[in-house]
Amino acid sequence: MPVLRWLRRHLIVIAGLLTLAYMILPNIVVMVFSFNKPNGRFNYAWQRFSLDAWTDPCGVADMCGSLSLSLQIATWATIGATALGTMIAFALVRYRFRARGAINSLIFLPMAMPEVVMAASLLTLFLNMGAQLGFWTVLIAHIMFCLSFVVTAVKARVMSMDPRLEEAARDLYAGPVQTFLRVTLPIAAPGIAAGALLAFALSFDDFIITNFNAGSTVTFPMFVWGSAQRGTPVQINVIGTAMFIIAVLVVVAGQLIANRRKNSARP
Amino acid sequence: MTVTEAPPAPPTDPAELPVRKASTRKRLVPYWLLLPGILWLVVFFALPMVYQASTSVQTGSLEKGFEVTWHFQTYWDALSEYYPQFIRSLLYAGTATILCLLLGYPLAYLIAFKAGRWRNVVLVLVIAPFFTSFLIRTLAWKTILADGGAVVDVLNTLHVLDVTSWLGWTESNRVLATPMAVVCGLTYNFLPFMILPLYTSLERIDGRLHEAAGDLYATPATTFLKVTFPLSMPGVVSGTLLTFIPASGDYVNAELLGSTDTKMVGSVIQTQFLRVLDYPMAAALSFILMAVVLLMVTVYIRRSGTEDLV
Repeated sequence: MPVLRWLRRHLIVIAGLLTLAYMILPNIVVMVFSFNKPNGRFNYAWQRFSLDAWTDPCGVADMCGSLSLSLQIATWATIGATALGTMIAFALVRYRFRARGAINSLIFLPMAMPEVVMAASLLTLFLNMGAQLGFWTVLIAHIMFCLSFVVTAVKARVMSMDPRLEEAARDLYAGPVQTFLRVTLPIAAPGIAAGALLAFALSFDDFIITNFNAGSTVTFPMFVWGSAQRGTPVQINVIGTAMFIIAVLVVVAGQLIANRRKNSARP
Repeated sequence: MTVTEAPPAPPTDPAELPVRKASTRKRLVPYWLLLPGILWLVVFFALPMVYQASTSVQTGSLEKGFEVTWHFQTYWDALSEYYPQFIRSLLYAGTATILCLLLGYPLAYLIAFKAGRWRNVVLVLVIAPFFTSFLIRTLAWKTILADGGAVVDVLNTLHVLDVTSWLGWTESNRVLATPMAVVCGLTYNFLPFMILPLYTSLERIDGRLHEAAGDLYATPATTFLKVTFPLSMPGVVSGTLLTFIPASGDYVNAELLGSTDTKMVGSVIQTQFLRVLDYPMAAALSFILMAVVLLMVTVYIRRSGTEDLV
């Protein structure tokens, strides 16, 4: 049977593509249903085509407010976690110091902990301190859980750096600051950028830790969660689709810039 | 931000400082670099664990306040009352992890060895769904698995649902609000966490090893079992951990796609903490979950012999 033989030869490719389809399917559904005009409060069944949600993306009460709050928190959490994480990564790779093992496990543990455990314990701390739950407690929590991921991303890059490049810079009479700014930082930049991107994505999309520590503040994921109980506006799908398209464009643009750099670097 | 903070630049010209002072300064550099970040983790990650441990042995009420009374009974109560949710969480997370491995391995293999010039495109397609909020994507499964929808119809025609209902995974001809829907959602949500580590370790494998195995008369199946799979073990271990740990504490899929019969322990912790306001019970539950997960992870890492992973 030639068909069976063909299937056997391409089994892995077929299985892989099926998995890919499984992963992409919900995004396609989200995109298609952003053009739906549902009858009831829930946008789960297809009724008819409409551009209403796209022409009025902020037409739902409180949604765009929560979106802008999430963007603000994600921005500040990214800045904070990237700054602190990059410093730790450099210290871990470049220096000798005491208690390295303890510090390594302190960085690893937040990644090996179910989110709900961190969320609950952080809330106990805030309740004990009598802290006002809201923007600041969410920001503190986000910087905490993004930190480890930034350290991992930056560390990988700094570890693969050739230390001789910095030695060369010093031999050519560059001061420590100049060496850092002109040599070390540009080489470490892709790692730092990857860490920052990861932190932004993690913070923007976080639900469990935020839900515990936000008090009455509502971020975008919390808005979506609430709407799953009250009724899902089509605008949620518009935001989801727009985010997807923007992110893909950013990735493609980044790839193009990297390619161009690679080409221009060649003699 | 990092540009201005990270370089430990001495305030004065180093040439003017006495030699010994400069070297002390240099020795302190790593500590200054570590201090803010580590302090953050100590105060907002480690310290909360201590607070939680102390909360779990307190008694009292919201009005009168809570006091540490070393009331370990709470742990026993938590286990005897909520053991179904614990078992369910571990069962669902375990099933989802195995499914992620079975579904993710071919795709990671495809990207690493078969995709050729399409490699970057497929990689972007794997990561891209991440950018739509995962809650929105999980809600999309409500549409996909809806009663009388295309998926349910096909499964019904193929009599798959008869088998799964007999096993207790689905109910008559419903998929939504059953264990199957929850596991399906968990698998979907954590697949990228499996695929990326798998891909990283597969990509490192030297293609010539495959050729060598072929030259030594190994069949493709033998090559895979004796060469490729053992070499990809670090990816398998970190992928399964990255899937199982978050899945065991997740309550989003169970709440959105499941019913009251599919509640996982995360839901219970959340309800106890935010609605019932029984803080000692919530803290005890969360501590048990943490202990169970850490124990399983430790045993697993020991068994798989990749301790250098951590």
